[in-house]
Amino acid sequence: MSNFFKKIIGPRTPQTLDEHERRQFHLPNVLLGIAAVLLLASMFLPYWKMTLKAPQYPGGLSVEVYVNRLTGDVSEIDGLNHYIGMRPLGEAAQLERAVSMVAVGALVLLVLAAIFVHSPWALLLALPAILWPFIFIADMYFWMRHFGLNLDPTAPLSSSIEPFVPPILGTGMVGQFETIASFQIGLWMAFLAVALILAGLYYQRKAYKPLVDKS
Amino acid sequence: MRLNRSSTRPIMLITVLMIMAAMAVLIVSCRDNAGQANTSAQVAGATEDINAIAEARGLTPTDIANAVKTYTPSGKHDEYYLFASGGQSGQVYVIGLPSMRIVKQIAVFTPEPWQGFGYGAEGTMNVLAEGGLAADGTPLTWADTHHPGLSETNGEYDGQFLFINDKANARVAVIDLRDFEVKQIVKNPITLSDHGGTFVTPNTDWVIEGGQYGMPLGNEYSSIENYESDYRGMITFWKFNREAGRIAVDQSFAIELPPYWQDLCDSGKLVSDGWVFCNSINTELATGGVELGNPPFESGASQNDMDFLHIINLNKAAEVYAAGNYEMINDFPVISLDTAIAEGLLYFAPEPKSPHGSDVTPDGEFVIVAGKLDPHVTVFGFDKIMAAIEAGTSDTDKYGVPILDFDSVMEAQVELGLGPLHTQFDNKGYAYTSLFLDSAVARWSLGGSFDELNEDPPWTLVTKTPVQYNIGHLTTAEGDTTTPDGNYLVAMNKWAVDRFMPVGPLLPQNFQLLDISGTGTDMPLIYDMPLPDGEPHYAQIIKADKIKAWDVYPEVGWDPHTQSVRADAPKQGEERVERDGNNVTVYMTAIRSHFTPERVEIKQGDHVTWHITNVERALDATHGFTIPDYNIHVSIEPGEVVTFEFDAVQDGVFSYYCTEFCSALHLEMMGYMMVEPSDQASAND
Repeated sequence: MSNFFKKIIGPRTPQTLDEHERRQFHLPNVLLGIAAVLLLASMFLPYWKMTLKAPQYPGGLSVEVYVNRLTGDVSEIDGLNHYIGMRPLGEAAQLERAVSMVAVGALVLLVLAAIFVHSPWALLLALPAILWPFIFIADMYFWMRHFGLNLDPTAPLSSSIEPFVPPILGTGMVGQFETIASFQIGLWMAFLAVALILAGLYYQRKAYKPLVDKS
Repeated sequence: MRLNRSSTRPIMLITVLMIMAAMAVLIVSCRDNAGQANTSAQVAGATEDINAIAEARGLTPTDIANAVKTYTPSGKHDEYYLFASGGQSGQVYVIGLPSMRIVKQIAVFTPEPWQGFGYGAEGTMNVLAEGGLAADGTPLTWADTHHPGLSETNGEYDGQFLFINDKANARVAVIDLRDFEVKQIVKNPITLSDHGGTFVTPNTDWVIEGGQYGMPLGNEYSSIENYESDYRGMITFWKFNREAGRIAVDQSFAIELPPYWQDLCDSGKLVSDGWVFCNSINTELATGGVELGNPPFESGASQNDMDFLHIINLNKAAEVYAAGNYEMINDFPVISLDTAIAEGLLYFAPEPKSPHGSDVTPDGEFVIVAGKLDPHVTVFGFDKIMAAIEAGTSDTDKYGVPILDFDSVMEAQVELGLGPLHTQFDNKGYAYTSLFLDSAVARWSLGGSFDELNEDPPWTLVTKTPVQYNIGHLTTAEGDTTTPDGNYLVAMNKWAVDRFMPVGPLLPQNFQLLDISGTGTDMPLIYDMPLPDGEPHYAQIIKADKIKAWDVYPEVGWDPHTQSVRADAPKQGEERVERDGNNVTVYMTAIRSHFTPERVEIKQGDHVTWHITNVERALDATHGFTIPDYNIHVSIEPGEVVTFEFDAVQDGVFSYYCTEFCSALHLEMMGYMMVEPSDQASAND
């Protein structure tokens, strides 16, 4: 059993290291650590933003999506959406927003745990964090699609607006509104964390694989 | 169980595949609507030949220069706000400079349906009712607005409040410049006409309302034969409570003055802070009676070569008032003329002749009095006035008010032309005086510390620019502050005569914009603007960035009358109709494009209290509301709650609706008030 455990956590960092080796063994820890910090910080920053532009709103209307909340002109956008029969934005992804803080916190802990697991299993620990930004985008796409395709057929403009899926990135048109969707700093930080994790795992593997091969 | 490197490979492979799959989803979703991107608008038109346009329209190069100075393209905002009295309309006009576009009319003393002022909305009805009753007991509904006064902090306009007087009924209104709505009207308890208002002290501690026509104070009766003994003039100092945004009537007082007709006043500033200067006419004590063979007022009141500049020690008067040294007239504290004389609150300086404006220079050192029937402006030195008061005088008028020696207080006299009325200032050491009979604006140079600001010798006429026609007041940018801007001057002309296309015998007023950014004789007239609603008297110009107007009310459920959220404001999801006996209360919300509820069923004879909250947060998403035949109309701006009450006297079906074109489905924003006839109602009970 202890053999199994050792296999999972992989070899320990050698006690005696020269300068070059120390750097080699520490680099993955630093990369994974930074990735964890980025993920943690991203929870407090916007992930996605949609701006609506129309002649009568010279400043545009915008909604910013955080992992746990929506900010911006939500009530005004909801007010406009009722004409086409779209449900209020606050009704979307309620479960996701409720658990997101805990979930991202767990991802961060798993990434930190991966620092101490020097076997390929580290990848499994880091996998949720690697997938996280893509899960976020996929979930948002799901909700936008769900909302856009399920309009109230009794709404005032239901006959003049076909069900639609607003773009998740880039521009589109809904009625007189030009929609401009963009990824925000939080999501970019999550992407950067993914890159750092992958790099960290790569260098971790590079550092510890010779130890495995030796044994 | 044995794990080796080969057993971990599938996991890695799966991971990589999943990432690639997620990337693919992302890229596909991004592409979804990319083709629908809006194409940018095409640039319209080619460059046009300006000279050809000018020639076709008969425009001179000067015209073109003036157009360029004033034209404000779509979407660009003006540099200054001009707040103009609306004269007999009882309102205030808000005009942008230099474009001279009217931006808003503010309902002040007169019911105005667009803003829902005086057509049911409780706060507005209260303001009107508290603002005084006509002889028949109904609220006064018109005013002769004269002189707007912007609130000041340290002698600078602060853009928070605007005050304006009603000459016809001796009233003063307070307008809050966060929402550009009137919040209070106070009626002077002791007199019926005012003219010397409103002027504020440098920190808006006091709002000055000087009287006009002599009368028995407190609206008592006394024969005109007793004019000298029973009739009086007055000046009222309204204490302003900035926190409350209201005049504190219970901390305000008046001073009894001789029955000369006090005219215009100005507050001292800087060195002269704490003093107030008002001029007067009819020191002859003329009582008219042209039908009896007496000289008419116009000549009876114009006999004396000198009238009296009233010099009032406001700070000391406030101490006398605080010490309780006053009488009560109509429950209002009035410092008697005798007390004012004994306490040294009031001095006179002779001033020629039936003068009009009394204006303090930006440094507070000089008081400029325009002669009206004398071609000069007379400049009084504040330090000279103080020295003369210090030295004492044995000369008094017939009421015992000490008269200072003219030569000892006069700093300079500058001959400008015929009919000088009002004076304003710029930042280059010039004063500007309106010349009614000459129909011109005079630029002249000030002395004292202003002398070094321009090339012209002190106290001399520099130039005159004709205006069309019969100029009354004039106003310059920030012209009443300690640091005027110069740049612009607006001549407020009483007659337009031939300036605009004919509109029948009642002609608009003519506001003319002058560019005073130059020096010397460079003072061109650059724009004419008709003002088709009453004769505005005075106006003030404030830098646009000083006005911090709200876009929408700060919170939903906002009561503009108290400037706070009202607990009983209807909320979304809690709309309802409550009945308590014959009292019905409607809790309604408005949002594009429906009212909730859309059916209100009541009975004839019910007393109905109706609350509506506009729950919108978007700029300009205003809703209106009316019930036909009930003479109710309210404006409900984003966030605002409005309450109105009425008795359901008339039965039937009433289609209430939104009166502001709020949205594409505005016409559908309506509902029915069903008023069941009382006989049927009782039969059903």
